[in-house]
Amino acid sequence: MNGAVDLPKVEAIVVGASAGGVEALMTMLGALRAGFGLPIIIVLHLPEERRSQLAEVFARRLALPVTEAMDKQDIKPGTVYFAAPGYHLSVEQDRSLSLSLEDRLHHSRPSIDFLFESAADAYGEALAAVLLTGANHDGARGLAQVKRHGGLTIVQDPQDALVATMPEAALKIHQPDHILPIHGIGRLLVELERIAC
Amino acid sequence: MERSYPAERNSEIELRLLIEAIYLKYSYDFRDYSGASIKRRVQHALSQFECATISALQEKVLHDPTAFMQLLQLLTIPVSEMFRDPSHFLAIRQEVVPLLKTYPSIKIWIAGCSTGEEVYSMAILLREEGLLDRTIIYATDINPRSLEKAKQGIFSMENVRAYTANYQQAGGQRSFADYYTAAYGYAIFDKSLCENVTFADHSLATDSVFSETQLISCRNVLIYFNKKLQDRAFGLFHESLCHRGFLVLGSKETLDFSGYSNQFEPLVKQERIYRKS
Repeated sequence: MNGAVDLPKVEAIVVGASAGGVEALMTMLGALRAGFGLPIIIVLHLPEERRSQLAEVFARRLALPVTEAMDKQDIKPGTVYFAAPGYHLSVEQDRSLSLSLEDRLHHSRPSIDFLFESAADAYGEALAAVLLTGANHDGARGLAQVKRHGGLTIVQDPQDALVATMPEAALKIHQPDHILPIHGIGRLLVELERIAC
Repeated sequence: MERSYPAERNSEIELRLLIEAIYLKYSYDFRDYSGASIKRRVQHALSQFECATISALQEKVLHDPTAFMQLLQLLTIPVSEMFRDPSHFLAIRQEVVPLLKTYPSIKIWIAGCSTGEEVYSMAILLREEGLLDRTIIYATDINPRSLEKAKQGIFSMENVRAYTANYQQAGGQRSFADYYTAAYGYAIFDKSLCENVTFADHSLATDSVFSETQLISCRNVLIYFNKKLQDRAFGLFHESLCHRGFLVLGSKETLDFSGYSNQFEPLVKQERIYRKS
């Protein structure tokens, strides 16, 4: 695994995924044991149905507490938050979550860029951002912003991604700290947690 | 040796100054809005106004009220639809309306009514339940242009097609087309729906309670406020509502993280329908 040494001490992980994201997230988050101490905030693009079962589905399969993000909720360590379909999800300066209904970005609400950019503002260098498989260009700009604030950036290896468009779009505008297959990202998160907690 | 001053903080400082300037000059108070969203909207405004910095935008809007009114359109988010979250309106029909029927006259406050979609949805529901004639609706917003649009009740036909499906899922009893006249790609809603509606300028950030009400609907407005301003709004709602009055919120909004969580009880929690306890 490249760069397993010299990992920074982070306080939160943000993740963006689109087409193929459910399987990728199951694999990545499946690598994390109960008691994992970092918060993980996720935007996964899905059709905008009224009520998403995403949190329930993942909660049944994972060792960590999983919940749908609520407006003005404080971010707790060791919890996985999924953005609600139809709303943008942001991180505020006081490290709580907020929802909004601004226009879709890259035809998407929630937008990965909005989550990444706001989290970069709130956490600065204490943030790790992970961009996974997907069929659009969301997340590329946000990932570059995370880097500008000194955070750690990780992109799924396009060869390993079910749909390579999203990781490739990110690689075009930004050289991330790590390009890894999904299993490698899972191991990296375990390592990040060991250093941080 | 000179000290270094990080440039990244500039836009943060400029943003605070802009919001302060808007408050001092125009009395619109965005100081306790959620930071992430307001920052994005100001950045979007920079490109619209062709300003290189937030300071430049501040100079422009401070000296030019017309420019400020344009900025206000970008700072407030007129995203709304009729019968948004149909199951919410179905729950109002099934759980709230039977209790509202016990009042001889009803006052409803739609706080943050934007361009009026919630107002027309509520008026249609009340008419079908035989309550509209004895109801007064106060529809308030901070944006005068949104209020003007709401009063006109003209919506694009394209959107109205989507609203039709919502209306049916929300337990609508008639054909949705009964409520509007279609012309030139627009739907002009029946004026009689608004006979008892008062549209008014009101800010949840700076104004106080103006009437006792039986039901308050404030949906997808509080998400733009920080906790402090949310609590101010909940305080106004608590003061305005009669004993056992109803408060209805947007589908992702909750009283749970607020200081007022003990002063309301959920009637239909899933649909964010609360009752003053």
